[in-house]
Amino acid sequence: MNALLLKFLLIIAVLQLSSCAQMGVKPWVKPYERQKLSDPIMNKNRHVIANKHAAHVFEARESARGVEGVGGGGCGCN
Amino acid sequence: MVVIKRVPSKMKPLSFFMIIILMAHSLNLHAAVLEADKADVLYHSYEGGGMKIDGPAFLLRKKVNESIALSAFYYVDTISSASVDVLSNASPYTEERQEGSLGLEYLHDKTVLSFAIGQSDEDDFLAKSLSFNLSHDTFGDLTNVNLGISYGDNDVMRNGDENFLEKSKQYRVRTGLNQILTPTLTAGINIEGVVDEGYLNNPYRTVRYLDPTSDAGFGSQTEVYPNTRNSFAVKLSTSYYLPYRAALFGHYRYFTDSWDIEAHEMEVTYRHPFGENFLLELKYRTYQQTQANFYSDLFSHKDAQNFLARDKELSDFDDVTIGLGLTYKIPKQFFFNGMISEATLQWDHITFDYHNFRDRTLDAPIGEEPLYGFNADVIRAFMSVYF
Amino acid sequence: MFTRLNHTSKYYVTPLIQGVLLVSIVFTLMIFTSNKSSAAGLVNTTAPDFTLKSLSGENLNLNEQRGNITVINFWASWCGPCRKEMPILQNFHDKYTDLGVQVWGINVEQENQAGRDFISKVKVDFPILFDEKNTLSALYQVDAMPTTVIVDRSGQVRYVFRGYKDGYEKKYAKAIKKLIRE
Repeated sequence: MNALLLKFLLIIAVLQLSSCAQMGVKPWVKPYERQKLSDPIMNKNRHVIANKHAAHVFEARESARGVEGVGGGGCGCN
Repeated sequence: MVVIKRVPSKMKPLSFFMIIILMAHSLNLHAAVLEADKADVLYHSYEGGGMKIDGPAFLLRKKVNESIALSAFYYVDTISSASVDVLSNASPYTEERQEGSLGLEYLHDKTVLSFAIGQSDEDDFLAKSLSFNLSHDTFGDLTNVNLGISYGDNDVMRNGDENFLEKSKQYRVRTGLNQILTPTLTAGINIEGVVDEGYLNNPYRTVRYLDPTSDAGFGSQTEVYPNTRNSFAVKLSTSYYLPYRAALFGHYRYFTDSWDIEAHEMEVTYRHPFGENFLLELKYRTYQQTQANFYSDLFSHKDAQNFLARDKELSDFDDVTIGLGLTYKIPKQFFFNGMISEATLQWDHITFDYHNFRDRTLDAPIGEEPLYGFNADVIRAFMSVYF
Repeated sequence: MFTRLNHTSKYYVTPLIQGVLLVSIVFTLMIFTSNKSSAAGLVNTTAPDFTLKSLSGENLNLNEQRGNITVINFWASWCGPCRKEMPILQNFHDKYTDLGVQVWGINVEQENQAGRDFISKVKVDFPILFDEKNTLSALYQVDAMPTTVIVDRSGQVRYVFRGYKDGYEKKYAKAIKKLIRE
């Protein structure tokens, strides 16, 4: 994947969002409409301790690392 | 090939901290909230491929005041192994690994700064790590931006060889954006770059090469890895609240590195509450990767390449996981002080399928042994208490 | 054969760091120039009139409260700070009712069974109104949870508090006392 291309995509995404705020695009989901999103079942990191273990199980056996979503830590699983 | 100008190394940490200070002084008045206090006690177990690893883990979170929270994590792996790597080279062994970390979170307006310091300790490996993360809510709290860096310092030793000590370092940089799209849908993109430097291989592992002159028909030599590894990963994720009370999560992760490994991961999770007290979770995950460019199950002769590896973790393989989890909210009357607590049991079944790593322990002509594959069962049983 | 393993190359990470810095700068600019809250824009204007049915069954109308000070609190049972604030509002009701202060709790949940369950457990003495369709929340430009709007005796919005943190009760008390003395 071309790192430069990705950088451009990121900048464009951010500029879109910032120009949204400038052009008066208001947040379209109001704070009082957040009932479903704030339901505990919608919290992916509800069981942090379990997610850390699951990430560790895979990190020790697969080459991929990065963006695990839970604090990755050195473990010496080489 | 694009020429990329390097940012002067002195600039990087300075700019980073300047930006953090700027972001921390946001003009917005409405605050986000730190997570609730909780304590977790977990028992974990992994069994598969001749390895059994189990042990406890503990996690504690406590708010000091409305702005500061502290956390502590402790984890133990007790490893007894007779895995295919071990049986090929040595005898079964038992080992223990301990890991601990401390964290601090600081909330200011809509920004959370978090720091963590950690250490992982075993007989022949000492890993220290430091990480910093910044998370900021903006645009009516619909958008969350995060930035983070980590640093790791490792000491690699070798059992039975007192004089052996090698070092390696790891640097990570990450950023991401999470967006609420509708009252029931969110999406996110996260990217992370990792750089490893130093002694990156395993001091016990060897590679094999064809050697018609030897009795066994093959010879062994210690693996040789490059002393740098640069990688890049991107994750696209989403969460969705179904028309009835249930949640669906999905993510796709792409990984690539300077050893030519390319990996794709995809995971889908479904959460369904039953009645007042039960929550069921179903998970499906697939992972596939291509091999490192210096990997081979069997080299043609000794010193065939500058870099040599026969680590199955660097081979061409895929794995599939199906997972099941059940959480039970313990009714207040059965728990001390009426505190909110829940008990969870999770089971993951993983199938590993190697496409170019062979099981040397099996009897067959060299290089024609069956391709290796195994199943593993992971169990997590834990209790969470909110106070 | 295996070239491309450039030991000095940070091929992926340097542009990534540059990208991260650029993203940070743009976001920082965004923060400093983003829209100010619109609920605060109601201060010193006439409070929009409304009529809603309360938990006890009676209809309550804002304009009929002229002569009294009205504390309008927008809350939801799923919002932690809102739940924390409830006892505070009950205290204000107890302390200031005789001095002409009305506290109204407006539940903003679209599906409000959880809200009703919460109130039946917590039991407050002040009226709880239900804004299921969120017409009132939109009218008052609620952009934070909870939001507390204090309306003076002549029907003017004088204070808007967005969110709730420990210590806000002192701000509420100060505001109410000032309006009582007017």
